[in-house]
Amino acid sequence: MIAEIGHFVLVMAFGVALVQAFVPLWALYRGQSYGRFLAKRAAQLQVVLLAVSFAALTYGFLRSDFSLVIVYANSHEAKPWIYKFAGVWGNHEGSMLLWTLILAAYGAFFAQRSLALPDRFATMVLVVQGWLGSAFLAFLLFTSNPFARLLPAPFAGRGLTPILQDPALAAHPPLLYAGYVGFSMSFAFAIAVLTTDQPSRDWAKWMRPWILAAWIFLTLGIALGSFWAYYELGWGGFWFWDPVENASLMPWLSGTALLHSALVAERRDTLKRWTLLLAILTFSLSLAGTFLVRSGVLTSVHAFANDPERGVFILAILALFTGGALALYGRYLPRLSEDRSFAPVSREGLLLANNIFLAAATMTVFIGTIYPLVLDALNLGKISVGAPYFNTVFGPLTLPFIILLPLGPLLTWQAGKLIAPINGLLIAALASLLVVLGLWITQAGVPLIALLLIGGAIWLTLGALADLAQRLRPYGWQILRQPWRLPATAFSAPLAHAGLAIMIIGVIGASMWQSETVVAAKAGETMEVAGRQLRFDGVREVEGPNYQAEQGQISYLSGPHKGKVLLPERRFYQAERGQTTEAAITSDISGHLYAVIGEAVAEKRVLRLWFHPLVALIWIGALLMALGGSFALRARMSKSGQGAA
Amino acid sequence: MTRKQTRMAAIFAGLGFLVIAATVALTALEDNIVFFRSPSELAVTPVAPGTVLRIGGLVSEGSVTRDGLRASFEVTDLSETIAVTYEGMLPDLFREGQGVVAEGRFDGYGVFVADTVLAKHDETYMPPEVADALKASGKWVPANEAEGVR
Repeated sequence: MIAEIGHFVLVMAFGVALVQAFVPLWALYRGQSYGRFLAKRAAQLQVVLLAVSFAALTYGFLRSDFSLVIVYANSHEAKPWIYKFAGVWGNHEGSMLLWTLILAAYGAFFAQRSLALPDRFATMVLVVQGWLGSAFLAFLLFTSNPFARLLPAPFAGRGLTPILQDPALAAHPPLLYAGYVGFSMSFAFAIAVLTTDQPSRDWAKWMRPWILAAWIFLTLGIALGSFWAYYELGWGGFWFWDPVENASLMPWLSGTALLHSALVAERRDTLKRWTLLLAILTFSLSLAGTFLVRSGVLTSVHAFANDPERGVFILAILALFTGGALALYGRYLPRLSEDRSFAPVSREGLLLANNIFLAAATMTVFIGTIYPLVLDALNLGKISVGAPYFNTVFGPLTLPFIILLPLGPLLTWQAGKLIAPINGLLIAALASLLVVLGLWITQAGVPLIALLLIGGAIWLTLGALADLAQRLRPYGWQILRQPWRLPATAFSAPLAHAGLAIMIIGVIGASMWQSETVVAAKAGETMEVAGRQLRFDGVREVEGPNYQAEQGQISYLSGPHKGKVLLPERRFYQAERGQTTEAAITSDISGHLYAVIGEAVAEKRVLRLWFHPLVALIWIGALLMALGGSFALRARMSKSGQGAA
Repeated sequence: MTRKQTRMAAIFAGLGFLVIAATVALTALEDNIVFFRSPSELAVTPVAPGTVLRIGGLVSEGSVTRDGLRASFEVTDLSETIAVTYEGMLPDLFREGQGVVAEGRFDGYGVFVADTVLAKHDETYMPPEVADALKASGKWVPANEAEGVR
């Protein structure tokens, strides 16, 4: 009964989305004023209906109602409740319902906060949200109904894939979707700008908070996914250049470009056309990411077997929205006012350079991800493009990017005067070069590009500090006396840029200086990993809530962790007939010692031990970037709260 | 220069950069692609020893032997078979009779030396390459497919 209510309100939400998509448009066309009011009410009603539908599905999962096909296929009575809950989006149908719920939430939130925006503009944004809502609700209802019944109901479910039964994976999809779907807002803004005669010059200012919000969520979502892959897959890596990872990286890269170009459009009334194009392309890449994951065209960790019909449907949505938006772009672009000019070496100039690098990076990821799919589709053979390609291309792209990056905030707009003392910059450059030189002498065998990237990261960190000093200078002693009264914006860019530097140091450290040992050991055998003496004590059986595990014990015999133990597990999930590897990790300032146990071979046990130096910096860096973003967003929200928007 | 000229110069500089980046990317791509071959394809057109490639199929029943860290097994698409060796830790779901994809190279004696072995992550998921290889060899069991939907 509850499920039928869920299904029924889902159909109603589809109807409301159709109203939101077309009726206000008719009102605008006829010059009648009810359009905005109607669009706003429809957006609000839609989020309520979808929330009810989502709650109904959640109820089905929590109660283990196996008469629902997706509950039967993805859940089990014996699962801890948190994974029953997370199981709602641990499958295709439920995750698409979450997608539309988040879309509707953005729409309703916009309807609530856009009071100061002109009628026509705000209505158009909501109309575009209505189009997207209609398309995805149609997709859900016609190809992926989450409320499909299975009668007679089976007695037991088949359970959730064990590797998804993990707290990080419970939070990863909602964060990632909040990022992907958030870019629908900048997309809708772009369409609204293009379809309005003489749009207000403030559009970039209105658009920025939405880009920021989406970017923060996407950053966190990707970082969490990478962290999960690191400790749960037991392969010891943090990024595999897997097509589905790339699918989330592409909108992140182009979204980062958009974030910066919208800043230029807002402050300097220039790069407007480029910003609109990026807004369209970033959301298209988000849709492409959804398509790649949801169509089953990929072989990857995420490749759940799927129905080709769904792939075609999402591809049609992708083609319709991207094609339509680009057609509008071509048709209405000349309406925009002239861009203001600026010197090549100026803050605008460097932000443009940043955009070109990010666009190039997006393109190289796109080529490496799409090329195998195109070859396969044309029957020219099956290939895979792996990490070596991406590593080869990303090193040379990142280096000039991070060398130029710190200069941007230290130059003035337009004329490009340097606002930091030149001597300071020279000292920073020299210090970075000395570090590179020192590493080059002591670390034989590490590629020069890796060392240069470390030097670049140090330069970037020093640049971020200089930027922060510059921003805080006007506040004098208040910095120490009342640090909480300082404006949040002063910290946003320096934090995000330093976060990038820290992440780069983590990536290089963990890839260049890691050491790995694979051994077959008897209980009591000792071994050495990266200078640490360890002893394998043996294996015992452990009982979990819905699994049995073999738990290995490895003790430290020397060093600061002496007396501590590592307890890696191999878990066997009865209901799901699946198995996972739980890595055991000891973390300290120098890095992670990472241990995994494998199968038994005669009376021995296969053990795989890594030392990953500095690896935690990768995720700390990502968190700092997101934190920097949220400082910028906070400043923005309080400003628009005063009615300035 | 007039504004228009400046802008055109900037646009061309940007485009030029993108073209260079694309060239570098495509060159790197050429050096780093890895082809997938099914056992039947390899029986018809062998690949030179030392070339990195991916193979895939089912692990033959009764073929897995272990010697310390070294595992030897056979990968089959049910019409042709390849001998594979791998040194290291096999993935969680490596089983006889299950789908597997391995990346590595042939040694001079026709044995495939794998650097990585990927097995599927749950019992019902079949790597698409393996499914296609089985379909191509005519040994695809449709019952598998019904199972594979979920």
